[in-house]
Amino acid sequence: MSSITRRRALGVAAGAAGAAAGLAAAGSATAAAPRATAPEAEPAPASFDEVYQGRRIKGGPSHGGDHHGGHHGGGYSVTIDGRELHVMRNADGTWISVINHYEPVATPRALARAAVRELQGAPLVPLTLA
Amino acid sequence: MTVRKNQATLSADEKRRFVNALLELKRSGRYDTFVTTHNAFIMSDTDNGDRVGHRSPSFLPWHRRFLIQFEEALRSVDPAVTLPYWDWTADRTSRSSLWAPDFLGGTGRARDGQVTDGPFARGGNRWTINVRVDGRDYLRRDLGAGGRQLPTRAEVESALAMETYDTAPWNSASDGFRNHLEGWRGVNLHNRVHVWVGGQMGTGASPNDPVFWLHHAFVDKLWADWQARHPRSTYLPAAGTANVVDLGDTMRPWNDVTPADMLDHTRHYTFDTAA
Ligand SMILES: [Cu+2]
Ligand SMILES: [Cu+2]
Repeated sequence: MSSITRRRALGVAAGAAGAAAGLAAAGSATAAAPRATAPEAEPAPASFDEVYQGRRIKGGPSHGGDHHGGHHGGGYSVTIDGRELHVMRNADGTWISVINHYEPVATPRALARAAVRELQGAPLVPLTLA
Repeated sequence: MTVRKNQATLSADEKRRFVNALLELKRSGRYDTFVTTHNAFIMSDTDNGDRVGHRSPSFLPWHRRFLIQFEEALRSVDPAVTLPYWDWTADRTSRSSLWAPDFLGGTGRARDGQVTDGPFARGGNRWTINVRVDGRDYLRRDLGAGGRQLPTRAEVESALAMETYDTAPWNSASDGFRNHLEGWRGVNLHNRVHVWVGGQMGTGASPNDPVFWLHHAFVDKLWADWQARHPRSTYLPAAGTANVVDLGDTMRPWNDVTPADMLDHTRHYTFDTAA
């Protein structure tokens, strides 16, 4: 089955349903048990646009059209100097990227900053396939 | 029968032959096809969509199959070579012989993370990073950066003690042995080792660092150790689970192998110590 199609659909829905679903989720936010619900149903984190260690990092809701990155981020995309940082949201609401893949952080902004530190000035490149 | 050995026990000749087989796979381009395959799964495995290689029950059988294929590739170059494993609970510092110039080489330099010694250093010109996520085409590491520590034996034991293989929702939020070993929850074993090595090992293109195979060979051994300790526990889920590889479902990209097929590693190899 195509998970991509389904994820895109969720991403689109998240924008409209996010606020309402967020209120519903807030009631159970203190439960210790792992959540099985889609993280996309939680409210999207705040947008950001800043210069960090000399790199322009931006994050915010992604709008249809971007066909490569973003969809795993539940309708949220992050760029570094205008290039897409592939991001993914974990079931517990934390985030990882293709640069820091094994170390979740709390917000997309922290994720972008971690990637900038790791890149040490290097540009992101679209994955080059062998 | 292939015997996988602890890397700390390898002779100088065994290390040399393993390294030479890696370099030959790299030279021929076969090595990078493994990086590409792994990356495709890293990017597409999601907690609420299809998930095969990571953050799901099939994390262990998927990587077992992946390692068998890689070991076969190594052995097509040199039939004497097998995959060594890195017991990171025992060899836990950057001064381990694993990181010596006659084996994998050491940590990267501060300026740009570049590994500058050993067979995979940029200077040797035999280990260009072709499948990459940023502009840097050289092997990087940052062993133990920020004072991070590798998992301890006690932490491994705490995961091995878990009786249940995996639980709903069968993703990075699951309780159970698989997710504690994979590291999205609890003591964090496998993920933490990727981060401890740093450089490419911390990215979605982690197999670019040859230590990937030694790390996963040990993760694979821990699965075998867990099976030996819990003979009445088995792979879960059994059947009918959306987006997840059940016991008898085939796994991409091979489509001809199931978790059930991967449960008995002794059909393919054994370890140098009793499991
Ligand atoms: Cu993997
Ligand atoms: Cu791994």
